[in-house]
Amino acid sequence: MSKIKLIDIAHGRSGDKGDAANVGIVAYDDKGYEIIKKHLTTERVKNHFEGICFGDVERFEMPNIRALNFLLHNTLGGGGTVSLKHDAQGKTLAAALLRMEIEV
Amino acid sequence: MKDKIRIASGSGFWGDLQSIPLQQVTKGQIDYLMMDFLAEVTMSIMQKQRKRNPAAGYAKDLIQIMKEILPHIAEKNIKVITNGGGANPMGCVEEIVKCAHKQGIKGLKIAVVSGDDILDSLDDLLKRGAGLDNMESGQKITDVKDRLISANVYFGARPIVEALKKGAQIVITGRTTDTSLTYAPMIHEFKWSWDDWDKLAAGTIAGHILECGGQASGGNFLGDWKSVPDLAHIGFPIAEAYPNGEIVITKHADTGGMVSVDTVSEQLMYEIGDPTNYITPECVADFTSIKLEQLEKDRVKVFGIKGKPATDLYKVSMAYNDGYTAIGSLTYSWPDALEKAKKADEILRTRLSDLGLKFDEIRTEFLGVNACHGPLASEQNEVNEVVLRVGVRSGNHHDIEEFSKEIAPLILTGPPSVTGFAGGRPKANEVIAYWPALMPKKLVHPKVEIITT
Repeated sequence: MSKIKLIDIAHGRSGDKGDAANVGIVAYDDKGYEIIKKHLTTERVKNHFEGICFGDVERFEMPNIRALNFLLHNTLGGGGTVSLKHDAQGKTLAAALLRMEIEV
Repeated sequence: MKDKIRIASGSGFWGDLQSIPLQQVTKGQIDYLMMDFLAEVTMSIMQKQRKRNPAAGYAKDLIQIMKEILPHIAEKNIKVITNGGGANPMGCVEEIVKCAHKQGIKGLKIAVVSGDDILDSLDDLLKRGAGLDNMESGQKITDVKDRLISANVYFGARPIVEALKKGAQIVITGRTTDTSLTYAPMIHEFKWSWDDWDKLAAGTIAGHILECGGQASGGNFLGDWKSVPDLAHIGFPIAEAYPNGEIVITKHADTGGMVSVDTVSEQLMYEIGDPTNYITPECVADFTSIKLEQLEKDRVKVFGIKGKPATDLYKVSMAYNDGYTAIGSLTYSWPDALEKAKKADEILRTRLSDLGLKFDEIRTEFLGVNACHGPLASEQNEVNEVVLRVGVRSGNHHDIEEFSKEIAPLILTGPPSVTGFAGGRPKANEVIAYWPALMPKKLVHPKVEIITT
């Protein structure tokens, strides 16, 4: 068992869809995709975003570009101009997910 | 038929780099320039501007841009497609016509695409079964109908293709989808059929890659961002489209930034939901079918794309007034920066409560500590400085104003080593809330008019 940092094997982009944030994570290679596919379960992602994401987490697989897309519902404080958050559009949440460390 | 066309991105949002459109039309060969100016609530801002001044309500930056590029596009026969017409595409075209006349450019055909604004015909449309309940929350339209500021249908490529067929060199639209600005020229040039779903999906995906400008060519790149060369002179993406639906994403030579499989992959993830169902007015694209291949430096081939039939519905973007917000901030320095900021927040909240002010939400964030990543960022009191940022929201304008008066006093009546109160009291902002909905396509039709300079 060794610990790897998600940021060393993947990159990504995040943004807003109303009050939901979309967090797209792209692995740099096939091995990295196998790791994120196995470890980035909806449950693990929901736990990771405790205190940030207050709704369900949906996960979509995109093996063609070695990516996973997550929809984090009830996350942006109302979203758009309603939100009082500094990051009202969730632009920094892809980086927030990449903080995760994984045992492989 | 041309064996390929080159469509260049000139703008990713209202307020993007002003130098890019001229760069795109002068630094290399292109056939089309597309410029996206509209985000979710942009239409409501433009609608408000138009209310104050009937001649306003479009992306004003566009006039300066057109002034600069008109001689070049006229000489090189480059076609320009943009949704910068916003809430007043005709007003926008009138200004462009004036620019053309001043520059002695005659015989230029400019198309105006309108009909997307349904605010005034809402009652009639609702009677005819438009629906328009909130497609995300399920809330009824009647809850907000009286507070609506704007209501616009997202048209797709059809009216743009019609304009191009009529010989327009410049197409100025209201609310058309960002992606349609890119794939309309492909449909027009390659005579793609409206039920050739795979090709329409390929064009849509090219549009998705181009719609955020520099975000596909090295800007906001979370991969190895330090390796992106010369962002100061970033080149915006260009889609080289082929009749068989294959696309090559590239940029002009001698510009900064980069186009790689990684930069394009990141842009593909931008604000998507279910990747197998990316819905546009003309097709449903499957993002899980996309194949990417680096052909050479700054050239990425995008191919293998599958599409599905379009739905019978248009998306409608509406906005309504929903109270007020204000944000106040103060900066606290070492020593104990975070502790001081927390104490100031506590004092502020006590005072707001003593004043009997009521807010729907008070939100405190500590910029420099955990504003972006919340509990994921560990708190360290040794930070050199912290920005205390407090936001409030309320339906009551008075309570927001009273909050604004309570920020500056913290400087002389709270924790020490505090600064950063330049610019006066926080301003009360009107909240413009977004209301996405769907309606049957058959209820509304785009209008295309041609004006000749």
